[in-house]
Amino acid sequence: MNAPNKSGWKPAMNADGESIGGPATHTGNRALMLEEKLIFEIGGTDTTGVDLPAPDLSAPRRMGGLDRDARIGLPGLSEPETVRHYTRLSRQNYAIDLGLFPLGSCTMKHNPRLNEKVARMPGFADLHPMAPSTTTQGALAVIHELGEWLKTLTGMPAVAMSPKAGAHGELCGILAIRAALEARGDARKVVLCPESAHGTNPATAAFAGYEVEDIPATPEGRVDLAALEARLGPDVAAVMITNPNTCGLFERDFRKIADAVHAGGGLVYCDGANFNAIVGRVRPGDLGVDAMHINLHKTFSTPHGGGGPGSGPVVFSEALAPFAPLPFVEKNDDGFVLVEEETAGDRHSNSFGRMTAFHGQMGMFTRALTYILSHGADGLKQVAEDAVLNANYVLRKLEDVLHAPFADSGPCMHEALFGDKGFAEGLSTLDLAKGLIDEGYHPMTMYFPLVVHGAMLVEPTETESKAALDQFIGAMRSVAERAIAGDETLKTAPHYAPRRRLDETLAARKPVLAWAEPAAE
Amino acid sequence: MSRYFTDEHEWIEIEGDTATIGITDYAQSQLGDIVFVEVPSAGTQVTKGADAAVVESVKAASDVYAPIAGTVLEGNPALEEDPALVNTAPETDGWFFKLTVADKSELDGLMDEAGYKAFVAGL
Amino acid sequence: MRYLPLTDADRSAMLETIGAPDIDALFVDVPAEAQLDGPIRGLPMHASELAVERHMGRLAKQNLAAGDAPFFLGAGAYRHHVPASVDHIIQRGEFLTAYTPYQPEIAQGTLQMLFEFQSQVARLYGCDVANASMYDGSTGCWEAISMARRITRKKRAILSSGLHPHYVSVIKTMARFTGDEIQYTAPVMDAAPDYAAMLDAIDDDTNCVVVQYPDILGRIGDLSAIAEKAQAHKALLIAVVTEPVALGAIKSPGEMGADIVVGEGQSIGVGLQFGGPYLGLFATRQKYVRQMPGRLCGETVDAEGQRGFVLTLSTREQHIRREKATSNICTNSGLCALAFSVHMTLLGEKGLRALAAENHRLACVAADALAAVPGVTVLNDAFFNEFTIQIDGDAREVVRDLADKNILAGVSLGRLYPDEADLAGGLLVAITETTSEDDINALAASLKEALA
Repeated sequence: MNAPNKSGWKPAMNADGESIGGPATHTGNRALMLEEKLIFEIGGTDTTGVDLPAPDLSAPRRMGGLDRDARIGLPGLSEPETVRHYTRLSRQNYAIDLGLFPLGSCTMKHNPRLNEKVARMPGFADLHPMAPSTTTQGALAVIHELGEWLKTLTGMPAVAMSPKAGAHGELCGILAIRAALEARGDARKVVLCPESAHGTNPATAAFAGYEVEDIPATPEGRVDLAALEARLGPDVAAVMITNPNTCGLFERDFRKIADAVHAGGGLVYCDGANFNAIVGRVRPGDLGVDAMHINLHKTFSTPHGGGGPGSGPVVFSEALAPFAPLPFVEKNDDGFVLVEEETAGDRHSNSFGRMTAFHGQMGMFTRALTYILSHGADGLKQVAEDAVLNANYVLRKLEDVLHAPFADSGPCMHEALFGDKGFAEGLSTLDLAKGLIDEGYHPMTMYFPLVVHGAMLVEPTETESKAALDQFIGAMRSVAERAIAGDETLKTAPHYAPRRRLDETLAARKPVLAWAEPAAE
Repeated sequence: MSRYFTDEHEWIEIEGDTATIGITDYAQSQLGDIVFVEVPSAGTQVTKGADAAVVESVKAASDVYAPIAGTVLEGNPALEEDPALVNTAPETDGWFFKLTVADKSELDGLMDEAGYKAFVAGL
Repeated sequence: MRYLPLTDADRSAMLETIGAPDIDALFVDVPAEAQLDGPIRGLPMHASELAVERHMGRLAKQNLAAGDAPFFLGAGAYRHHVPASVDHIIQRGEFLTAYTPYQPEIAQGTLQMLFEFQSQVARLYGCDVANASMYDGSTGCWEAISMARRITRKKRAILSSGLHPHYVSVIKTMARFTGDEIQYTAPVMDAAPDYAAMLDAIDDDTNCVVVQYPDILGRIGDLSAIAEKAQAHKALLIAVVTEPVALGAIKSPGEMGADIVVGEGQSIGVGLQFGGPYLGLFATRQKYVRQMPGRLCGETVDAEGQRGFVLTLSTREQHIRREKATSNICTNSGLCALAFSVHMTLLGEKGLRALAAENHRLACVAADALAAVPGVTVLNDAFFNEFTIQIDGDAREVVRDLADKNILAGVSLGRLYPDEADLAGGLLVAITETTSEDDINALAASLKEALA
């Protein structure tokens, strides 16, 4: 079984992969594996974990007679119960802090704790977004300084900091493109996306009112330049291309693609989800990009937090800069100015509008800037190099056991792509993923990109040691060998997680999305 | 009464001017467990080849195209409560919608049961 | 570099395994002209933890933190006390450094928390179901209008003049690209909200009516009549709540018949953070669930019949529907939702009601204290914890002058509505349990001085 620790955790597995862990327990717990009920089942509406003055019911009220009299039904817990509830829940999660998290295109790197400390400094954390700018110069300086770094690292002249996440940044970029085209009286209808694009690209283009057409890929996993050139014409507003792409490869022809699109009057959107592979080594601005979003929660290590919050600043070329959304920060002789509706004036009359109520994800800006300053220009270059080195190491150590469709297309960038070819009949990528859970890993990205059957996209990131990679590679090989050999126990994996496979069909057929008191007997 | 099939894996049962439309057993087996079906409401005008219904499994949503033009008489109300009917009885109780046929000549060129069987065998 | 575990020996060994002579060989597909020959010039090199903390600490000190001055700002972002255990829990690595719960067997912690969060939000808003959160209130508000359009298949949205002007800007920005028709006028200085105008505006072409509650000027009123008329015309009522603590004291929009309730959740657990990340709350009726944007967590069972939770109804989302998705959103505000849920669990119904009562009590004290200042008129008859005062002259200048004296007086309407001369004398004043009576007296005294 190739396990690094032969003695392993108890309970152990028998030859059939079934748990032989001893008798059932009264509580359903298994020592440190603790079950936890819902707050609605353990709390009560008369219990609270805060000390506040009891409401004076005779005090005058000026709420227009709208008092909320009916029971709300919100359970409370005391502080010790609260801390225990969430601590017990937390132990049912996998996380980067527990181990390698190889989700392709998600860049699950270590989240430095200095970033957390800085974000909590009262001058940043306890600052109102509408406070007079004379009292927020340090915060505006952070936004400006981070923006300058992003511009320099991408080689682009302008940046919009307000988008709230990657998809929001994509939308920002595409709206700027549409605004720019409309401003020159050249409404175009079509946005081209590669087949391998992430689903947000077509969703964003459609949202902005465009028809989406696929660009085919070459057999080696890159955009088919000839097919793209053949499709370009006066109706094409933009192309949206991820670079490095979702097959883990650098688009060698990116500059030629950009030149062809520009020659046809269109604009170039680059999805920056995979910027970690090239940060500090390659500037997208040198490749002819007009707009690119940057996921601060990927490349610049702001925590994923179980699904957000993200942050998606967008860098722009000169052509798109005048159309960037409000608000943004400018530096003048007196300090930093927040340019918004009140202060924009005629100088920014082309701005396409506002994407969010305030100035963006300040709490992510402080973390990202802290990360960038920690690394510096030399450290960031090393980040890209180590990320790419780690991914190539994984690719070459696994290509003999897992089908690697683009292994002959050259080195991969920061992620390695595999497919399910060679698995025994009846076993799938999903089964391998669930087997990996039993090995103590979060699985890689599955079934994406769609261009590879049973795709497995592995992104180790630069914050993994060689020893950690070797152990992961060992686990991956072992599970892959079981999938090839037709090990049926994979089909019922995971065996050792807090839950076995969950019934997603039941969840979707009869959605139960909120707790309801059980009906009386 | 006669039954036709399309290469989009729909069946059409014609009775007088009324067509009943659903997806084939082969289609449901490819989709897996159906969790939701959105059917058109009565009175909707559909044209041949236009989106008329949506069928969803856990991981996929597929459009069902109107195989012929017409006016929708009713969507199958049973599917709202029990979308699994599409898995258990795709070609009977799991029908999607009925419509009044606008132009019977649009049925020309559709497959009969034997033709569809051969078509599926060739996939 | 403290965050990079590979040693030079590791790197050499790995390159040898790969069969590459050097690291540059792995970047061979990048055209030579796009390759940089070294670290980007003009930028500093890596720095120690101490040096970075010093630099960031210096920038932090150039801000006047809300806790360091009498503080009265609101307008969609509110300063409340967040219990210490909230921040402790959200910093647990298993929550902080987890990904979206796509592998439910090893993400039950996040999933159960989201299920609890959805249940809390639904109850707070008086609705059947809530989603797992949106980016913030303003983007959620636009998503609500889009959702209403999918349901009604109509395109005219009527926005109340009491809707936060930044939310209006976001809506107008998006509507420009989707073709929705937006009907909106700026507010007037009136004691009552603009419900009469809303009622008049609803007709058969109306997709939805969007009403903020309490509104941007702090005013509140009964939404039931608007809900009834909207529904009679097959339109939806969207209620927007920017201060969720209010719903511990005043009726929820759901109880008054709103079809979609959306808003900002920042007040509970999240903190001010200069505007983000915040937390979009979004709730609706069970029958509209499949038209709802954003992630949803649902209950199910595992292969052994044990209760568990999964992300569900994901066919609505972009990674499956691509260009037919209900929205291009592919994230929520997970950690902020956790902070909200922990804080709400600490409060419970009892604590939330006490918190809301304390906010309102202090706001009444403040309204009386400010009304006694010569030259100040309190606009509102009814309010929760925020109200509008009117002064002669430009309130923007007063806010700046008071800031120079370390009093953060509130949000001037001139900043929110730079083109509306009639609103220039308006100042929004927000009071929470963090406001002391000394703070209120300081504001009253300095206003008196400024207006003398």
